[in-house]
Amino acid sequence: MSRAEAVRKVSPLWTFGLFRSELLTTFRRWRTLALLGVLAAVPVLVGVAVRIETGDGSSAGGGGGPAFISQVTNNGLFLVFTALAATLPFFLPMAVGVVAGDALAGEASAGTLRYLLVAPAGRSRLLLTKYATVMAFCLVATLVVALSALTVGAVLFPLGDLTTISGTRISFTEGLARALLIALVVAVSLIGVAALGLFVSTLTSSGIAAMATTVGLLITVPILDQIPQLHALHPYLFSHYWLSFADLMREPVHWDDLTKNLGLQAVYAAVFGSAAWARFTAKDITA
Amino acid sequence: MGEASATEPDGADDGVIVTRALSKRYRGGQLAVDGLRLTVPAGSVFGFLGPNGSGKTTTIRMLMGLIEPTSGTAHVLGRPMPRSARAVLPHVGALIEGPALYGFLSGRDNLLRYDAADPTADPRTRRTRVAAALDRVGLTAAAGKKAKAYSLGMKQRLGLAAALLQPRRLLVLDEPTNGLDPQGMREIRTLIRELASDGTTVFLSSHLLDEIEQVCTHAAVMTRGRLITQGPVADLSAGARGRLVVTTPDPADAARVLKELGVADVVVADDRVTGEAPERDLAEVNAALVTAGVRVRGFGVERASLEDAFVALTGEGFDVAG
Repeated sequence: MSRAEAVRKVSPLWTFGLFRSELLTTFRRWRTLALLGVLAAVPVLVGVAVRIETGDGSSAGGGGGPAFISQVTNNGLFLVFTALAATLPFFLPMAVGVVAGDALAGEASAGTLRYLLVAPAGRSRLLLTKYATVMAFCLVATLVVALSALTVGAVLFPLGDLTTISGTRISFTEGLARALLIALVVAVSLIGVAALGLFVSTLTSSGIAAMATTVGLLITVPILDQIPQLHALHPYLFSHYWLSFADLMREPVHWDDLTKNLGLQAVYAAVFGSAAWARFTAKDITA
Repeated sequence: MGEASATEPDGADDGVIVTRALSKRYRGGQLAVDGLRLTVPAGSVFGFLGPNGSGKTTTIRMLMGLIEPTSGTAHVLGRPMPRSARAVLPHVGALIEGPALYGFLSGRDNLLRYDAADPTADPRTRRTRVAAALDRVGLTAAAGKKAKAYSLGMKQRLGLAAALLQPRRLLVLDEPTNGLDPQGMREIRTLIRELASDGTTVFLSSHLLDEIEQVCTHAAVMTRGRLITQGPVADLSAGARGRLVVTTPDPADAARVLKELGVADVVVADDRVTGEAPERDLAEVNAALVTAGVRVRGFGVERASLEDAFVALTGEGFDVAG
C-alpha cells in the first residue's frame, strides 16, 4: 500500500488560489480591459450629449431616450441610473457574453485547458471557478458603468437631494445607497447571461464561435421579447424583467418585478449551470 | 512482453503505466486506439513510437484523463484513470502535443498560473519552485518576457518547465525536442537522462528514432491504433537480424564460400559482401573464408538500428501516416 498512497496534501485554500489566478488572468487580458473601457465611455458620451443639448437651458430628452435622462440636468446622480438603463439592454450583457463565452472555449482553443486539467485543476472546480470569475466580471463591469457615471455626473451637473419616480424627496446619501443597490441588482440581472454563455462555452473548442453564439443570443432574445405573438414565452426570457431595477426608485419600492427578475436569473443559473457541468465533466478534451 | 494474461492481475502493480485492451472509438466511428496492452516499467525511459495518426496522442490523452476510453482500462501509478485523476496527476508532469501558453502573460506568470491549478502545490513555495523550474530549462533570463514573444524552442522549454514544477514520479513528454535546435535537443536529452537517474519514469513519444535509441531503455511501436511491439530497446533492434559484412578484394570467392556455409541472401557490392547473419559461430565463418584463400580486410556484423526494426515490423517507412 505504498504506491500512490504518498498523495500530497491538498491545501484548503487551494480553490481560492485558483480563483485568484483566474481573476488575475481574466483582468489582465487586453480584451477584458477594452470591454471595460467601452463601458466606462458610455456614461461619458451620455453625460456630454445631455450637457451639450441642454446648454441653452432647454430640458433634455423631451420624453425620449433612456429612463431618467430628463432628470440628469437637475441631479448628476441620475446619470448613474440613465447609464445603467442605457447599457443594460446591450453593452453590459455583450461584455459578459464575450467573457463567459471565451471562458472555457478560449482556453480550449489556446490549448491551455488541457494543461489546467492535467495540473489537475479538476473539471467541476475549474467550471465553478470560471463561473465565479464571470460573475465577478458582471459586478466589476456594472460598477465601472456606475462609477464612471457618478464621476461624470458630479463633474457636469449639480448634485443634491433627489425626487423619486413616485414624487417623494430623498436625501443625496439615500440616493447614493439606492444607486449602489441598483448597480448590484443590475449585476445580478446578468447572471442568466453568464450561465448561458458558460454553457455555450462548453460546447465548442473555438473561443470566437462561443462568443459569437452568445452575443447572437443576446441580440435575438430582446427581439423575441418584442413580438406580441410570443407573449406566453416572454416571462421566461432572461431579459424580460431587466428594466425592473427602476422600481427601486419608487417610494415605496415595487418588489414584484424585481423578485421575478432575481428568481428568473436563479433559474437560468441553475439550468444552464447544470447543463454546463454535465457537458464539461463528460467531455473528451481533444484540443 | 509475454502474453501471460491469465496469470496477471488486472490492477497491475508491475508498471507505472499499465493498459489492458484500451480502445478509443471517436464519435465519427474511427477507431483511434485498438486493444492497447502497454506496460511501462518503473524507472524506465520509455519511447513511444509511431507515425503520425497512429494513435499515440489519443493514448496519451486517455492516460492523462482528458479522454474517456471507449473500453478497456488504463492504470497510471497503480490507479485507474480517469477515475483517480485527482490523486495521480499531481505526481505526473506532462507535455502534450506541444506547449500551450497564455501569450499575454510572461513566462513566469504562465508557470505561476499552472502551478495555481495544482491542488497539491504549496502557494508558499510557488515562486521558488517556478524560479527553479525556469532555471532548469535555461529560461531564467527570458522569464519576464511575454510568452507570445517566445520562439518555438523557448515555448517548448517553458512547457517542459511546467512539467517540472514539482518533483514527479512520471513524466509524459510528447515530442519534447520539437522545434529545438541541435544544441537545445542535446540539453533536453541530458535533462531527461538526469531526471531518469533521479528515479523518475519518463514516457517519451517521438518520431525521431535516433532520439529514442539515444535516451530510451524501453520502447513500444504503434501503427494504425495497434501496438506492434514493446520491450527493451536492445531486444527490439536485436529482433531485426543484423547483417554479416565481409570486406575483401576477392568478393566472388567470398560469396561462394558464404553460400556454401549456408548464409542466406548474399549480396555482392564492389568489395563488400553481405548476407544474413548466420546462426553458427562467426569465428568459424571467418576461418572458413581464410582457409579458402579469401583475403579478408574487414569482417563483422552490422547491428540493426531501431529504424530497421521499425521498417521490418511495420513494413513501411516511418513518416507514412496510418
